[in-house]
Parts: sequence; C-alpha cells; structure tokens
Amino acid sequence: MMSETFADLVACEDVLMFVNAAITSTGQREFHHDAGEQRLSLDFLHEYMLENYREVYAAALALDVNDHNAAIIVRNLLVRAGEVGVERRRREGLLIARRLETLPPQRVYRLFRELRRLGVNNRRTRAVIRDWMAARRDPAFDFVKYRGAVKDVVRHAHLRLGDEQHDFLFTPHRVKSFRTPIFEQWRRAHYEQAAIYELPYTVAEGFAAKHGIAREVFLERIEPKMTRLERLRLHKSADVQVDLGEMPLTRLASYVLSLPLDERAERRAELSRALRTAARRVAGAARGSWGRVTAVLDDSYSSLGSGQKRRRPLAVALAAHYLLEALAREFTPLWTSGRTDELLLYPSGPTPLGLRIIDALGTGPERLLIVSDGWDNAPPGLAADVLRVWRTRLDPGHRLAPGHRVLIVHLNPVYEAGDFDVRRLAPGVPTAGVRDAENLPTLVELARFAEGRVGLDKLQAHLDDRAARFLGVPA
Amino acid sequence: MTFALDGLETGPAQVWSSVRLVPLIRDEPVPHLRLHRKAYQEPVSVVDVGGAVYVSFVPHAFVASWSDGDPRPAASYGTRLLERDTGDAPPRMPVRVTRRMARRAGKDRLRFLPLHLAVEGYLALHFGGPETAWEEWARKTVAHGLSPRCEETYLGLQVRGLEDALRIFEIHPGQCGVMVYVADALASAFVVPHPDDYRALHPTLVEDLFGELIYMYGLLGAPAADLSARIDGTGIGSLDDLRAAAELRQEEWASFHDGVMAGRLFDADGSRQVVQHLRGFELSRFLPSFALREENHIGETITDEAGRVAYLKSFRLSDAQVRRGYLLKKLAEHDWRLSATAAALGADKAALALRLERAGFGYLLRQDVLDHYRAQRRTT
Repeated sequence: MMSETFADLVACEDVLMFVNAAITSTGQREFHHDAGEQRLSLDFLHEYMLENYREVYAAALALDVNDHNAAIIVRNLLVRAGEVGVERRRREGLLIARRLETLPPQRVYRLFRELRRLGVNNRRTRAVIRDWMAARRDPAFDFVKYRGAVKDVVRHAHLRLGDEQHDFLFTPHRVKSFRTPIFEQWRRAHYEQAAIYELPYTVAEGFAAKHGIAREVFLERIEPKMTRLERLRLHKSADVQVDLGEMPLTRLASYVLSLPLDERAERRAELSRALRTAARRVAGAARGSWGRVTAVLDDSYSSLGSGQKRRRPLAVALAAHYLLEALAREFTPLWTSGRTDELLLYPSGPTPLGLRIIDALGTGPERLLIVSDGWDNAPPGLAADVLRVWRTRLDPGHRLAPGHRVLIVHLNPVYEAGDFDVRRLAPGVPTAGVRDAENLPTLVELARFAEGRVGLDKLQAHLDDRAARFLGVPA
Repeated sequence: MTFALDGLETGPAQVWSSVRLVPLIRDEPVPHLRLHRKAYQEPVSVVDVGGAVYVSFVPHAFVASWSDGDPRPAASYGTRLLERDTGDAPPRMPVRVTRRMARRAGKDRLRFLPLHLAVEGYLALHFGGPETAWEEWARKTVAHGLSPRCEETYLGLQVRGLEDALRIFEIHPGQCGVMVYVADALASAFVVPHPDDYRALHPTLVEDLFGELIYMYGLLGAPAADLSARIDGTGIGSLDDLRAAAELRQEEWASFHDGVMAGRLFDADGSRQVVQHLRGFELSRFLPSFALREENHIGETITDEAGRVAYLKSFRLSDAQVRRGYLLKKLAEHDWRLSATAAALGADKAALALRLERAGFGYLLRQDVLDHYRAQRRTT
C-alpha cells in the first residue's frame, strides 16, 4: 500500500472506468443522453485505453464487457496490431480468438466486414479470420445464412474454399445441382416453394416474399427452423410457441415487462415460474449462500430506458430481484416506488433512493445491493448523505476491517456519457456497471476494486487471473 | 392581492443543465374541476376584443369543465365529465372568430387559451391612452389609444434545455403543478386541479410563452447549482435520526423555495381582475406592481370558493416589459400629463419623452415634439 503512487491510483481508476463503460454502454440512446453522445464518449474511452493501457485493454476481453464493446476492442487491436511485439501480439491473438468464439456470428461477420471497410488486412487479421472460419461447426449453414458477409470475408482474407463452396458464393447459377444438402435446398428455393422451409428463417423470409407466400402459412411451416430469439420476437405477432424455461434471465425479464399488465396478471404463475427457473440456473451452486440480502431496486420513470433500449434498466433490476432471491437465504426487495408486486412493475415516479436505502439498512442486511441509474432526485443527493453517514457512524463494523462491515454495492445499468463512467452514488460505496443481471456475482467481486482499497497490482492480478480462466490455461 | 398555494406541497427539485423543475404536489385533487388539452386543427384563431382584433397563434387550448355540485366525492372528479368531453375537435373548421379570450364552450365547459388571458391583461394595460388631449400626444394616440400594441415572446421549445428537462422529468405521484426555473429565475408557475390533468398537460409546457430574459438565460446555459444541503453526521446515532434529518431537510427546502425562490410570484401590490365566474370557480388574471429591476409575473388563475388555487399559469416579464408597464402605469396615474409624470419620476419632460421612445413608445408622441426633445438633448 505504501509503495502505491499517484499514477497507480489514476491507472486503477481509469481501468475501472473503462470496464464499467464497456459493460454498460452499447452506443445506443439512453434515457438522458442520445446515441451520438454515447458513441462519442465511448470512442474516446477506447482510444484512450488503447493508447495508454493496451495490455489491460486487451485483457478486458476476458471480462464481461458487452458484445458491442468486445467487437470494438478486437477491431482496434487488429487495426493497430503492428505496434506491439510478437509476444504481446500472440497473447492478444489468443484473447481475440477466445472472445470471437463467444460472440454471436452475425456480430463477428459485421466486425470482419468493418475490418474490410477500414482496409485492415495484416497477417494477424487474416489469421484470426481463417481460424474463426475454420472452427465454425456448420460452415455450410453460415454460407447460406450469411452469404453476403461470408463472400466479403472470403474475398478479404483470401480464404481457400472447396470447389462447391466457391461455386455457391461466386457462380451459383452455373451449377446444375449441389452435393451439400443445404446448398441444394437454397438453389431449389429459387423456384420451388417447398424447399424454402428447410432454410434458416431469415433466408426463407426473403424467398417467401419472392414467391408471394401468405405470412401465416409461412410462419406456421417455418416455425421449427426459428432460433430461440426469433421465436421470442414473433411470439406476440404470430402465435409462435416459445419455451420460456430456456430463456436467459435478463432477456426473460425484458419480455415480461413488454407484456401488458393484464396479461402479466393472467399468466402470473407461468411467468414467475420461468423467471425463478432462469434465476436458479444462473445461481447454480451458489444458491442460498449469500445470507441476509436486501436490495434497493429502481423502478422510477428513468428506468424506461429509451426507444432503443426499452425498459432495459428496469429489466435488469427485475432480473436482479429474482437472482438475488435465489442467491440469498433471506431476501428483502425494496422498489423505489414502494410497490411490492414485482411482476406488475412499470417505470413511473421519482427516485427516492435515499429514503429507500434508510429503509433497507433498517432491515439489518449482511449485503445491500442497489440497482439504479444513480439519478437520485427525491430529494437529490440524499442517498450519498445516507451512505456516507452510515459508513462513518452507523455501520456496526465501521471501525473494523472492511470484511466485517455490511457489504454495500451499487450496480448501475446506464452509462453516463458526460462522465465517461456510470453515475456513482457515494465515494465510500463501490459502483459497478451491469448489463446482464447474470453477471451480478462477478460484478460484486469486481466492485471491491472500485472502493479504492485494493491497489493496482491486486487489480492486475485479478485481471490476469480472469484472463487465464477465460483462456482455459493456468496463469 | 395574494393567493395562497394552499394544499400544494413543494417537492424536491429536478435539475437538467440550467433548468430546475420544482414539483407541486396535492394530497387530494380539487373537486368539480378538470382541465384538459384540446388541440385545434386550424392554427390561427381570431378573437374579437371589442373594436380591436386580437390575432394569436394557438397551438392548443385548455378546456375547463365542471360538474354540478354533486355531493358524492367519488363521482365528483373525472371520468363522467371527461367522457362527455373527449370528442375530437371538429375536422376542418374554418378560422374561428371568438368574442372573448375565455368563452363558454358548452353547458358546463369554458374554453380559454393558456396564458393569453394574462398576456391580454398586460397588453391592454391602459390601452385606451390619454383621456385628455394633451398637446404632446399624437392625434392617433388620443383617438386610438396604444393600438397597435405588441410584445415578443419565445416558444418554450426555443428555451434551450427546457424540452429535455421536461422529457426526463419524473412526475411525482399526486403532482398537480410545477415551477419552472431557468438559471434559477422563476420562468413560469403551472398548477392544475387534478394529477391526471397534470400528466396530460405536462408536455404542453414546451408550447408555452417565455419572456426574453428566460430565453437568454437558457442560451447562456449556466448549469443550475446544487442547492441541497448536506446532512451533518454529528449527532446522528441511529437510522431514525437519519430519517428525521432527511425529513427536516426536505421541510427546509420547501420553505426556502416557497419563501425565497418563488417569493415574488404574487406581488402584494399588484392587481387582480376577475374575468368570469363559473359555478363557484373564478377565472381571473393578475398583474404585478411593475417594480423596476425586480421580478414581475403576470398570470391567470382559477380559484374555488375557498380561494384555493385550482389552476394557475404565470409568465415572467422581462426587464424591458416591466419598464413599459411601469411607464404606462406612471402616465396613467398622472392623467397622461408629461410634466406631472416627469416630476413624479424626478426628471424633466425631455428625459421622459426620450425614455418613452427608448421603451418603444415613441410613436405615441407627436413627431415634432419628439424631434424637439431630441434636438435639445443633442445640443446639451
């Protein structure tokens, strides 16, 4: 601790700031700031990190940064691949390859096309593209579903293809018939209606329009080919069956909040069972191990999000509610509006965070979690005062070591473009960005560093450890 | 003339850059009166104000409806009345010619244009002009009064930051009004009888009028300061103490706001004029005393029998407008006699004439008289 320099502290803060931003921001409009401000702010942060802390910047791929930021990081690392030595580049390559595996394919293709647009075609980039394409489980499926993108990528990276793959991409009309079944179905789908139902939904949709097939007929027959998310999207408009039991927790919460209140009340049993199942799946072995937990959850009007992120902050809070319920032995949820039926929530009213935190501390919790965008306005600044007074005077363990005190963590789902960080409540209480409630346990762990008590070397060690686990090799 | 904003509690403010919005919250709505918005399809309406024709751009108008003293409180506000009134404005109506600013729009409804009553009150201030034909006044002034009399205002959309501030404002449960501050100058006070009305009319604030001062303050964009006082940790030994301290701080804020920030909204020396009675409610407008270099608000109110404010909308005059009001008031007090007015203001006739000209009233004086005073000023 004594050897800690001022520069170290700044570095520590910078890193956490970037991690928070990369977890929360998606460059989309938020309740308070528009998309332009978000992008400008985020691009600056990326540039800053790449220039000053390249190693940490690459290591951020191992953390729970969201897909949007992961793609930007990979792009920036590849654009400036030549600036570091071979050893570092190899490590970056490992991280990139590992992260690309977890990204959804459409995002990866978009990233590759972006690299093409930027004219980035160094050896490392070609190797990354080649390895990723080679590792695809069903390349033929990709060729059909993302045909345009695959074509661009193949051209850009000079990939070697089999004869049939080459013909499929570049000279499909010269071929009488393909041996690969899905290619053949794609060829037949041009003139035969029955063949389109063997293709992926997005591709078949185009053929259906071409053949003038009625929407209802098409949806009914294509249903088995839909992905999980396509089902969820079309569930309302087209009576498609959807299995809520296998949905990820936060997405499920978003779905529940998108339903009208009457329908939520009608389907209460089904919805709450699905949410509980999803939460238990996330909690896994840690179920019931968190002791007495109280949560202050924000359902004020600002949890509405924006047209691009509809009710996202509220969905995160709702998902956190169910996850904490599963993690805790004893759980008390306190919504800012004072409502108690979590299934019938909607964004409304001001944010009396301060008063709710007093209520929450009154329940004598071992852990207190606050999920809010941090715009504490009824009255403004009370939450900071309450937390400060609690930390300095009222906490039963305030004279003891950090481990003995009530653990208070603030999780913020909204990136504040003006501050280059998520909005904080009080200096003594760590704040971490959150995008999916599923990451809540790891974020609470990371939030320790934001308290400023753990130094840069510990943070570095933590990042190394996470990277090692991410890559699946011992550190 | 004073109103009390009884039954309205001041809530914690919400700030967005230079705009501060202070909610006013009612425990229970004012019975028997509802306000709602009526968007007119045709943009221009012409109102006939005896002799002169008053043309205004009307983006929307409020309709006040009231119920016939139904003793049962459950039925007294709301649904029944609204159902009867929710019919859309008739499609493609010709430009409407209405006789008065406030007018009965049905058996139990009164239609009035927001703020126009107040603005009209200000514009028509001593509109008649001099009653005695003193020689300095132009012939037109004596014959036609101050006509044409015009003032410029800005649309709420043009006040920078106001639109965003209203969009992100989190409406409190039970909120029936708001005070709008720009750079902590009170720009407008807005009160309605029922929380649902407020919810419906909250976005209409961007279509309201704001004075030049408020527009300029918005343009300068100095962020409004954090006015919250911190809770001092000393003496707090339990969560109950902390809660009590928070409540105390809220009360302090409310009394500070009501006393200091909004203290000049109602001018004790101002005047009030009742425009119309509607079954126990009074529609009236108020004018300030036009004290120079101070806050002056004009506005309109609906009060119930007990004097409670059910509806309020105010407009802050900018300094130039206050000066004009002040000069007109002084002239009227001295029967439009230049010499007497000048003496009362501690100046000579030439100075007063030039002051009138600077205030935009040069056209009231005879051209040769004004030229004479100008020449006099040049030589000295």
